[in-house]
Amino acid sequence: MTTEAEHLAEFEAKIAAEQKIEPGDWMPEAYRKNLIRQMAQHAHSEVIGMQPEGNWISRAPTLRRKLILLAKVQDECGHGLYLYSATETLGVERSQLIEDLQNGTAKYASIFNYPTLSWADIGAVGWLVDGAAIVNQISLQRTSYGPYSRAMVRICKEESFHQRQGYEIMYALAKGTPEQKAMAQDALNRFWWPSLMMFGPKDGDSAHSSKSMAWKIKRQSNDELRQKFIDQTVPQIEVLGLDYPDPEIRWNEARGHYDSGELDWDEFYRVIKGNGPCNYQRIKHHKAAHDEGEWVREAVRSYRKKYLTSQDEAA
Amino acid sequence: MSQEKLATYEVFVRSARGLDHIHVGSLHAESPEHALMYARDVYTRRSEGVSIWVVEQSNITASNETDLDSFVAPMEDKDYRHATHYVLPDDVKNM
Repeated sequence: MTTEAEHLAEFEAKIAAEQKIEPGDWMPEAYRKNLIRQMAQHAHSEVIGMQPEGNWISRAPTLRRKLILLAKVQDECGHGLYLYSATETLGVERSQLIEDLQNGTAKYASIFNYPTLSWADIGAVGWLVDGAAIVNQISLQRTSYGPYSRAMVRICKEESFHQRQGYEIMYALAKGTPEQKAMAQDALNRFWWPSLMMFGPKDGDSAHSSKSMAWKIKRQSNDELRQKFIDQTVPQIEVLGLDYPDPEIRWNEARGHYDSGELDWDEFYRVIKGNGPCNYQRIKHHKAAHDEGEWVREAVRSYRKKYLTSQDEAA
Repeated sequence: MSQEKLATYEVFVRSARGLDHIHVGSLHAESPEHALMYARDVYTRRSEGVSIWVVEQSNITASNETDLDSFVAPMEDKDYRHATHYVLPDDVKNM
């Protein structure tokens, strides 16, 4: 009989050899739990992320913008489904995951607790929020869990238009009237810091990071990914002709990176703990939508019962 | 010899960890366990894979080619779903 220690040695050898772990493989319980936490959080973020953008579907300035926004929100919903399905391969039920979201046990990206106050915010969300998400997700394509990795590959491919449509909105406004440019600047100023917070706590303060890195669930640290996002985004701010949202941004030749100011970590922990501008509203809306959908689930269950009965009779 | 009593199984092989199982062919077998053994003998003689799925053909529900439009039409009128629809300023290198 294979002992626990032998299983563990085999598992760690696979990780070391850059082999993916697949459903049904033996895995340490802490690996499984850590993955469920991270993947469910990722799935919840896709789903809750529909709310700030959905807020503007009925008020998009043109039919073209409306079609684009609808297509994007539809994508986010699908991405939630990919991730819930991938999480279920770890032996957890989707209804449990949704319950955890609604009772506050599970988290979602804190960025979605900020409101979208103007049309320019939809531009900022696509450009900055999806931009930050893509940096993170490109890295996660190399995660050690097979179903998570494959979901990330699919999601990155489908999301390729999300950031560009946001930047296109920002560019149109930034090159428009002085009022439109001011709207774009305001959106950039408000979404910049929360977007940087999407990468999570500083490396030294991250509760789950060291184990996740050792097991290759995460492939790059929070601070590395945050820096990568800053480096790719600052030149894009310049193309828009907008002011930096952080006066401390400057190129550091010696480091080969942009330096930038310190994040407001008090705000970060306040929002994560549930006291951001929209936390209450987001979960309240999720519950309401879920409750309103109960008649659909009831119809599906009823059809399922009929189908199984007809199969039994045919057999 | 009649094989009417046997079921047809579709065989899917994962060539390496991390990749999707890909359909490689089918075979006849008397049970799922036998199908798996036969698939090993027939489809993975040259280290083609690390994992095999067998699915009884009658358990597969498939779309019809005549219904293609409603299932997998390319939706050419929705080119805004593609990144190339959006023209970036020349100064923006990668996005």
